[in-house]
Amino acid sequence: MLKARVIPCLDVKDGRVVKGVNFVDLRDAGDPVDCAMVYDKAGADELCFLDITASHEDRGILFDVVKRTAEACFMPLTVGGGVRSVDDIRKLLLAGADKVSIMTAAVANRDFVREAAEKFGSQCIVVAIDAKQVSPGKWEIFTHGGRKETGIDAVAYAKEVAALGAGELLLTSMDRDGTKTGFDISLVRAVADRVKIPLIASGGVGSLDHLVEGIRDGHATAVLAASIFHFGEFTIREAKEYMARAGLPMRMD
Amino acid sequence: MRIVIVDYGSGNLHSAHKALERAARQLDRAEIFVTSEPEVIRSADRVVLPGVGAFADCKLGLSSVSGLTSALEDVVIRAGRPFLGICVGMQLLASVGLEHKTTLGLGWIDGAVLPITPNDPSLRIPHMGWNTLKVHREHDLLRGIPLGDHGRHAYFVHSFHFKPDAAEAILAGTEYGGEIAAIVAQDNIAGSQFHPEKSQQLGLAFLENFLRWRP
Repeated sequence: MLKARVIPCLDVKDGRVVKGVNFVDLRDAGDPVDCAMVYDKAGADELCFLDITASHEDRGILFDVVKRTAEACFMPLTVGGGVRSVDDIRKLLLAGADKVSIMTAAVANRDFVREAAEKFGSQCIVVAIDAKQVSPGKWEIFTHGGRKETGIDAVAYAKEVAALGAGELLLTSMDRDGTKTGFDISLVRAVADRVKIPLIASGGVGSLDHLVEGIRDGHATAVLAASIFHFGEFTIREAKEYMARAGLPMRMD
Repeated sequence: MRIVIVDYGSGNLHSAHKALERAARQLDRAEIFVTSEPEVIRSADRVVLPGVGAFADCKLGLSSVSGLTSALEDVVIRAGRPFLGICVGMQLLASVGLEHKTTLGLGWIDGAVLPITPNDPSLRIPHMGWNTLKVHREHDLLRGIPLGDHGRHAYFVHSFHFKPDAAEAILAGTEYGGEIAAIVAQDNIAGSQFHPEKSQQLGLAFLENFLRWRP
């Protein structure tokens, strides 16, 4: 039986983990590769790197981070942030990323999703959607960390990119991101119930119940979280055991 | 032992390389080559064919390297060296693939590559994530790996699946609204639909078994 996935996400800037990770047994809490190895051992189902390096010129460091991670961790790795071209995707895949997530470039040019999926296969193209509620039951896409509105309806956009060949959606509620008050379940569900591709829920996780809700009530196939894992509040194993006790199918290898 | 990973422009060989390197640690004098050169492929003791993307693109990639397919046939079919196809590399074993258009495969294991059509409409495509395996028959490739509903998991990501004509070709299946072939094997030829290089303990154990396999 296919299992629900728990995905820790690391924000990486200039090759270093932003905000740091608070673990025991970690040589260098700022090294994404060390953090990745810890999550690999802890039983994370996938790992996500979000690159927030400001300058496009400095992205060489990211490729090196991805390469070193793929050498040490035999688990799926998604990399996103600043992916603008087919060439960016190719470089990340060759460095060892399994999936590449695209956001702003897809909003600006929907055809980029189709082109990427045709070139590399849907299985490695994740479309990231940052959405904010604009009225009851209605969400719109925002870019640039939630600062820039686009006026695009999130549900319609999700359906559109799925039809263009996206293999997965990474859906973040910008209303909930960083609040630790839980996913925006109505958003997750509104999108999950209208697309046939896998969906990762993100934004707002502050407790283990929130992870359960994302799968059970939001109908997501995976849940992504950052701070509850990075700061050692919960281990991946604790999260997965809790979700299994709540009746969700989890991988406990 | 000369282990050759066939490079024909299909995506991420880096992970497969590193995982095989890790799996080969237990073996004496294992050397790994990533190459598209027919002569190096002919000299292989083990051949690994990775593959990501669409069936037709991968087949085109194979055919466009001059002499590659005939080198593979020499070393795998004629010399009988153990072969492992991964994901689309496994699907290429089929006689034919029906992704986007009809494309002939290598035809080493009779069967077709078809879209996944789960009998449960709530199941999403691609089949993406960790799934358990159901053993059809005992095999050296599965040795020592706890499988079944409570066993270890393998990482899948695919929208099409290989349906061999002969059910005996399937060593292990996985459940996703119907059964999907997870591992196929016939004589010295094997393939996994999942990604062993991304499947942590199960994946490394499976690769190690492949390196020790004496078909």
